[in-house]
Amino acid sequence: MRIALFITCVNDTLFPDTGRAVVRLLERLGHEVVFPTDQTCCGQMHYNTGYRRPAARLAVRFARTFENADAVVVPSASCAAMIRDNYPRLSRSGSRLARRMDSLAPRVYDLTEFLVDVLEVTDVGAYYPHKVVYHPTCHGLRFLGLGDRPYRLLRAVRGLELLELPEATECCGFGGTFSVKNGDVSSAMGFDKARHVVETGAEVLCAVDNSCLMHIGGTLSRQRSGLRTAHIAEILASTEKEYART
Amino acid sequence: MSATFLGMPPFPEAAKRAVEDSRTRHNLHKATHTIRAKRTRVVDELGDDWQRLRAEGERIKTHTLRHLDHYLERLEESVQRAGGTVHWASDAAEANAIITRLIRRTGETEVVKVKSMATQEIELNNALEAAGITAYETDLAELIVQLGEDLPSHILVPAIHLGRAQIREIFLQRMGEWGRPAPPDLTDDPHALAEASRVHLRELFLRSKVAVSGANFAVADSGTLLVLESEGNGRMCLTLPETLISVVGIEKIVPTWSDLEVFMQLLPRSSTGERMNPYTSTWTGVTPGDGPQDFHLVLLDNGRTDVLADTVGRQALRCIRCSACLNICPVYERVGGHAYGSVYPGPIGAILTPQLQGMASKVDEALPYASSLCGACYEVCPVAIDIPEVLVHLREKVAESKGHVSEKALMAGAEAVFGSATALDAVQRAAGLARGVVPRHLPGPAGKWTDTRDLPDVPARSFRQWWNEREDGR
Ligand code: SF4
Repeated sequence: MRIALFITCVNDTLFPDTGRAVVRLLERLGHEVVFPTDQTCCGQMHYNTGYRRPAARLAVRFARTFENADAVVVPSASCAAMIRDNYPRLSRSGSRLARRMDSLAPRVYDLTEFLVDVLEVTDVGAYYPHKVVYHPTCHGLRFLGLGDRPYRLLRAVRGLELLELPEATECCGFGGTFSVKNGDVSSAMGFDKARHVVETGAEVLCAVDNSCLMHIGGTLSRQRSGLRTAHIAEILASTEKEYART
Repeated sequence: MSATFLGMPPFPEAAKRAVEDSRTRHNLHKATHTIRAKRTRVVDELGDDWQRLRAEGERIKTHTLRHLDHYLERLEESVQRAGGTVHWASDAAEANAIITRLIRRTGETEVVKVKSMATQEIELNNALEAAGITAYETDLAELIVQLGEDLPSHILVPAIHLGRAQIREIFLQRMGEWGRPAPPDLTDDPHALAEASRVHLRELFLRSKVAVSGANFAVADSGTLLVLESEGNGRMCLTLPETLISVVGIEKIVPTWSDLEVFMQLLPRSSTGERMNPYTSTWTGVTPGDGPQDFHLVLLDNGRTDVLADTVGRQALRCIRCSACLNICPVYERVGGHAYGSVYPGPIGAILTPQLQGMASKVDEALPYASSLCGACYEVCPVAIDIPEVLVHLREKVAESKGHVSEKALMAGAEAVFGSATALDAVQRAAGLARGVVPRHLPGPAGKWTDTRDLPDVPARSFRQWWNEREDGR
């Protein structure tokens, strides 16, 4: 299958390793990955902060860029949710954007959905000999309804010990511009999340969204916890062979 | 004078103080987590039925709101037929004037009150005090707040921010000023505290001739009003006095008695986490020889018809004040109710208050941002109010209003970058070059991030640079 990658602006700019991991993983599974270079940002920050018109213009750009894709894979649950849940709200019914999104939205997937539902794999042949804890991000959990998909993928990884995160379903406090507009509450939520993560004794915290990981990871790093963060794609992409090389 | 929310700082500032108050945070954490667990248990035991009930609750409320004019007239007719008198109040001042006039007519200067959010909303107690009438709160938590000259911090448990020891202090110091004092050897044992309030309140119940209440539901067909409660103190107020005045928001209507079947399952399970609340009182106008013989219903608009005109925001009027959204909210859990500076705190407060009273003040304008949009409130809401959707909708109104110049400039700058892949690439390359010199502590609003969190390292190459180089190499 020819898969179009929507990398997202945050991953593109700050977490290119995640993008490279997605490409490596999907190619290893025998698929062709394309990267339409016109893509930029889904407009989530604008939309969530109340800037509707810029968000709508970015939605149009997205729809134009990915119109002809068989499937669009997004390694960020919040961006996938933005596209699927909020683009319809940004378009007047009957408008061009609405028509484009009607056909495009069902072809937009978070990475873990795509693996489990479309490619129908849970064992992707990965190897990752670490104690890992998974934080189910709000968009993954409540907006996309990823359910146990990420857990099934992680459980199939060789060498990986999956630990249980207390109060897992609670928000980490990132919330985009919330993290600065209400920095004190955001930090308080981040501290509690970081504490729960550290308590598990894990070496690595993973999630389906780098923005949440940037928040929790930034807190963990300030506290010098020694814990690393990794997008789930990076764990699923790693193999024994690559491990030997690094 | 009782306390008021007027003059409180906007949410971010109030929240900063609140998160630093470790005692309150401890009380809130304990209380919200206990009630969450209870709710989960009684909701989960219904299995798939819960979602069906929720959809039905949403449907009934949406239908009623769409035909509100019709159902309001029907309710007025039914109440009058049953011997009650109906008054219409367009705003808080009008409602307070009506209630004051009705109480004065009885010649009384004291009233007992059933716990009611509508009377909190119109600040009735302050209005009555100014008119020389003393209003006694009889709900245990409302009593604690009133005696402590505090403000309610939760819809259902207004004293949720206080611990037992603090309540004991308040009882010992203040009860005597309002009636029978607390026993001097009062301990902070919950039973002892409840007993002290029982003895204190009993005198008031037996002596009062007038009661003021709200209502959880008003049935249009029969003219019946309902109050759900846990203590039975409400029932004392609803049955013993001669005159009963009920202040009810116009959105509290349900069309028929049988609609209550749905809400009597949704509300107790969502609010106290019980299958059924201990006391449900219903009354229909006046019953000769039984209960208050003079009954008045004050139907309150106070901004509600404006909310109804907003096609996205109007869903907030479905709210049945269960407080499940407060209990689940990670922001509420850390800051408590006072930080919202609003009678309705938590997620529902953040969407209801700015709609009811407009967003002219800094406090009201800050409320739609008091959320990380995590969606937990929507998930638990028994009438499926999409709170995140309304929050974003209200943020749009703020962003479209005057001011917020620097934020608007930042957003326009971001759009310019995201409006072209070339511009984005240029910014990424510049960031890659500057990666070594990003300071650990950023100036301006971004400092709110770096105060407590490290920034990620900026990579030397963006993903698209890597991709393009890979393509070129093929
Ligand atoms: S918004 Fe929903 S969850 Fe919150 S108090 Fe109202 S009915 Fe309950």
